[in-house]
Amino acid sequence: MLVIVGTGHAGYTLAREFRKLDKATKLTLVTRDDGASYYKPDLSKAFASGKDADGLVKASREQMEQELDARVHAWTEVTALEPASRRIRLPQESTLDYSQLVLATGAAPIRIPVGGDAAGRIFSVNNRLDYARFRDGLAPGARVLIVGAGLIGCEWANDLGAHGFHVSVVDVAAWPLPRLLPEPCGRALQDALAGLGVAWYLKDSLKALDADGAALRATLAGGTTLEADRVLSAVGLRADLSLASAAGLACRQGIVVDALLKTSAADVYALGDCIEIGGRLLPFILPIAHAARALAPTLAGTPTPVQFPAMPVLVKTPACPVVVCPPAVIEGTWQVSGQAPDLEAVFSDPAGRPQGFALTGAATARRGALTATMPPVTPR
Amino acid sequence: MPYRKYQCTNCGHIYDEALGEPSEGLPAGTRWEDVPDTWTCPECGASKADFQLLENA
Repeated sequence: MLVIVGTGHAGYTLAREFRKLDKATKLTLVTRDDGASYYKPDLSKAFASGKDADGLVKASREQMEQELDARVHAWTEVTALEPASRRIRLPQESTLDYSQLVLATGAAPIRIPVGGDAAGRIFSVNNRLDYARFRDGLAPGARVLIVGAGLIGCEWANDLGAHGFHVSVVDVAAWPLPRLLPEPCGRALQDALAGLGVAWYLKDSLKALDADGAALRATLAGGTTLEADRVLSAVGLRADLSLASAAGLACRQGIVVDALLKTSAADVYALGDCIEIGGRLLPFILPIAHAARALAPTLAGTPTPVQFPAMPVLVKTPACPVVVCPPAVIEGTWQVSGQAPDLEAVFSDPAGRPQGFALTGAATARRGALTATMPPVTPR
Repeated sequence: MPYRKYQCTNCGHIYDEALGEPSEGLPAGTRWEDVPDTWTCPECGASKADFQLLENA
């Protein structure tokens, strides 16, 4: 029996790819949530698509069981992994034996410590059920403070800002998407979101959150105080290693896997936001499809090393679309051309070889042409 | 023959033959049959085979 832990994009994509190749092997998925299938990047563009948390469901757990000819255990936390006996433990002393196991446990939001008596009221949205909680009681026109100007923070700022909410964003960085974009591209995005009414508090951080009647009062490190109805933390994700590390699997920043997506334990594989491969984490959505297309044949009996091409990330900020292909190397320089907001930036290493790019506005049309010039992520 | 639209069953991305996918090197008017089999969804990376014809679209 093949067991997959996790029914997020990684778990279900792998299950689908596996079923294309193997219709006979028994397949079981285990998830701590309801097992409904949805596309996670849709969360941060739900208002634009006119959908609420329920509207984002593509298929219910029952429909997925039917489509995949699989059993999906919902609301079930895997409590332990015992690789020596090829078994996982579930609540109430129940267990599942596997012949092959895949960990698709994803990543969990990083929480930064915040003072004040209402710090416990900070939301972070990492799945559809979190999103349902966030949307519940969110009044039209509410004031939303977003902590973090990374990819998700900017997408939320755009979706909420374009749909009548009063959005503020605070980040210690000097410009949005600081880890992905050179300054001119970040400024183009910043200006476009400001055009939607987004108020930026950059080079600053949330120090305390206190209740103020029904509202919240945020105190920033720089001394500014802001009123808000909701605070959303989007400061990044950390691979969920709890199950793997407790079972003694090799973990660093992620669960360490080789080119076959095999962990250090026999017959245990992993993919998605929880893995580290070749010393790198591969966040974002595109690597999952490539990983699933390699892991499925491996699990079905044909060992297939994963090959990652250059994988540009599409940032869903319609006010100023952004495409970025993050460089794998640190050393190098950005060369920016064009007129804001339509900018093309290429990152070249000291030998002058292009290693990454960033495009904003109308320049995003150059995505394909530039992707073709990029080195693959795993040259083998 | 009128232009057709194909949707990625994974993420919902739509390939519209009338528009092509110019940023991917597929000019407007590129028929689905002429999209290479190795082409993948620019949004989520799903294979071309994971797209379905959108009827009446």
